[in-house]
Amino acid sequence: MKRKVIRKAVPIRKISLDERRTTFKEVVVGYREEEAIAEAKRCLQCPDHPCVKACPLHIDIPGFIRLIAEGKFDEAVVKIKEKNEFPAITGRVCPQELLCQEACTLSKIGDPVSIGKLERFIGDYEIKRGLKPPEVKVKSGKKVAVVGSGPAGLMVAVELAKRGHKVTIFEALHKPGGVLTYGVPNFRLPKDVVEAYVEYVKGLGVEIKVDSVIGRLYTIDELLEKYDAVFIGTGAGTPKFLGIPGENLNGIYSANEFLIRVNLMKANEFPDYDTPIKVGKRVAVIGGGNVAMDAARVALRLGAKEVFVVYRRTEAEMPARREEIENAKEEGVKFIFLAQPVEFIGDENGWVKKVKCVKMRLGEPDESGRRRPIPIPGSELLIDVDTVVIAIGARVNPLIQRTCPSLKVRRNGTIVTDEHGRTSIERVYAAGDVVTGAATVIEALAAGREVAETIHRDLTKGH
Amino acid sequence: MFKIVRKREWAPIIKEIEVEAPEIARKAKPGQFVIVRVDEKGERIPLTIVDYDESKGTVTLIFQEVGTSTKKLGRLNEGDYIADVVGPLGNPTEIRKYGTVVCIGGGVGIGAIYPVARALKECGNYVISIIGARTSSLLILEDKVKSVSDELYITTDDGSKGRKGFTTDVLKELISKGRRIDLVYAVGPTIMMKVVADITRPYGIKTTVSLNPIMVDGSGMCGACRVRIGGEIKFACVDGPEFDAHLVDFNELLARLRMYREEEKLSLEIYERRVKPSEA
Repeated sequence: MKRKVIRKAVPIRKISLDERRTTFKEVVVGYREEEAIAEAKRCLQCPDHPCVKACPLHIDIPGFIRLIAEGKFDEAVVKIKEKNEFPAITGRVCPQELLCQEACTLSKIGDPVSIGKLERFIGDYEIKRGLKPPEVKVKSGKKVAVVGSGPAGLMVAVELAKRGHKVTIFEALHKPGGVLTYGVPNFRLPKDVVEAYVEYVKGLGVEIKVDSVIGRLYTIDELLEKYDAVFIGTGAGTPKFLGIPGENLNGIYSANEFLIRVNLMKANEFPDYDTPIKVGKRVAVIGGGNVAMDAARVALRLGAKEVFVVYRRTEAEMPARREEIENAKEEGVKFIFLAQPVEFIGDENGWVKKVKCVKMRLGEPDESGRRRPIPIPGSELLIDVDTVVIAIGARVNPLIQRTCPSLKVRRNGTIVTDEHGRTSIERVYAAGDVVTGAATVIEALAAGREVAETIHRDLTKGH
Repeated sequence: MFKIVRKREWAPIIKEIEVEAPEIARKAKPGQFVIVRVDEKGERIPLTIVDYDESKGTVTLIFQEVGTSTKKLGRLNEGDYIADVVGPLGNPTEIRKYGTVVCIGGGVGIGAIYPVARALKECGNYVISIIGARTSSLLILEDKVKSVSDELYITTDDGSKGRKGFTTDVLKELISKGRRIDLVYAVGPTIMMKVVADITRPYGIKTTVSLNPIMVDGSGMCGACRVRIGGEIKFACVDGPEFDAHLVDFNELLARLRMYREEEKLSLEIYERRVKPSEA
């Protein structure tokens, strides 16, 4: 049968700009059934499935898309879940345009298949239908401690629980989900999606202990006394600062603090909720990644009149997803490119008033392959601001490493593991950002699934 | 959920609560703190651990009601539950034999110096404690601090108990008398700790303070509690809360503590309006 090639993807719908600027409602509306089927029918079902190869989780993408095209949504759920337990999350936050969709054959002649949107469709379909944790028949009698309930931790917990191990997750904050809860705003990843998956994980028999800061409440050595294996998935949650004068002025936030106050503490509902946040009329967000886009869009929703993203390179080098840059632009976020802050200037009461930047030009490509920004001597740019959010990245939290000296770490604090996720301490494993440094949700999920295999193999060795 | 098993009211605005938290109690050490979130809509606020009892599985906290969160906490009674208690957080105090140690506690900071003074005493130090409050009715833990001190000095701003004046006046006097002091450990209002640092600096007396910046997560994730120590940014939650007083940028800390003054006022007004009718 010869397929007709449809070059244009079924367009996605977004809520109105007015709603976007004033509420935290999810911006992108999911496909309706008929839209999903129409989009799924665009898939060429190429025999060499380049999309699967490009997916860190190697999801059978043509497989689940064919099932959607046939209207067999329940079967599509099963197909995705062979490899990915959290399609409603990855469908939303995964950089598909650099992975499966970039590899999509259709992208050479038109729009790639909207794989992410279809994945989200199936994820949402499953959540609406009700997530049903499979019954775990055989218990291994082995106990595993998982430190951190972000993407890596949740994936490890699910995979081990399904194999009959008793898993306890330790979460430092009062709500599980890690960066999915405290970091990604509701307008990009609704919190009820994360909560649905957390309930699903609990339904598999996983215990989640919140308010438990490992390194303080228990050390890794103490966990090893009670558990057969320990998995560290604490991510990269410590904010980086610029290290320039005036950085501790009032009105200057790390992106983490800014987003935690809103996403976790609901400062957007102050004073109904007790946690405040200060957002002035003019907000500068420093950085060019997804977190910078999130912070800028949060600032707009909190009533800022003007929000500037200040980035030291140009739009072409921005690490943020194209889709999120477009969303930010649509909502009115402005961009100041080729500018690097060198000082924050405050008033007599210690409040930030200006960001002083040096202008940059692009030089030769650096080790990241992007053209290196070079300061233009004598140049200067002053930006009037009331609020600044610094979103220049995060490093790993040092608590566990400091309280577990025998754990081998690199100079930047990331944990050293072998290719299977084993650390320098027997029975202790790690994966996700805490090993790689700040990366993506999908990479943490993929690494988590692999290390879960290792842990399972090690736990059942000789049985 | 964490149950309050005992409550004591030192003054209408100063409360002591003993909270069931067995895991924290077995791990807590002098100098550490907990993050408390009173209820589902609550803030996360740091409170020093005043005492801990591993056998009973409890930790004791003392706080002054200054804003919505502490007022909400103060309204809870024995048998009530706190949504979240996270800890023990921060680095414990370095307890060793220094020689003669002066422990200075101002206001509810007395609660913070008590476990440290006790540990320093047990370790063989000669402990001189100076505790002070605005007025005698706000003075807490006098007997307990006395029981772990070789010498105890009390000051009140209005002279209603002990010496009229500030804790720092006594410190100055001890120094001017030529008393040998190997360590000063001070916890109290930031301005008190600043004055302590200024007094001991010229004499090169090792001085440790426990800082109380605004915090959110308390585990190194947000940087709200960043303070400048010897020119470097440190997070009080994971790098502190104790620092060498002579390296602390107190002016910056004082400014940062004022960041949410307007919001704190608004929040408190709304809260008080909400609770008042039920009390009448």
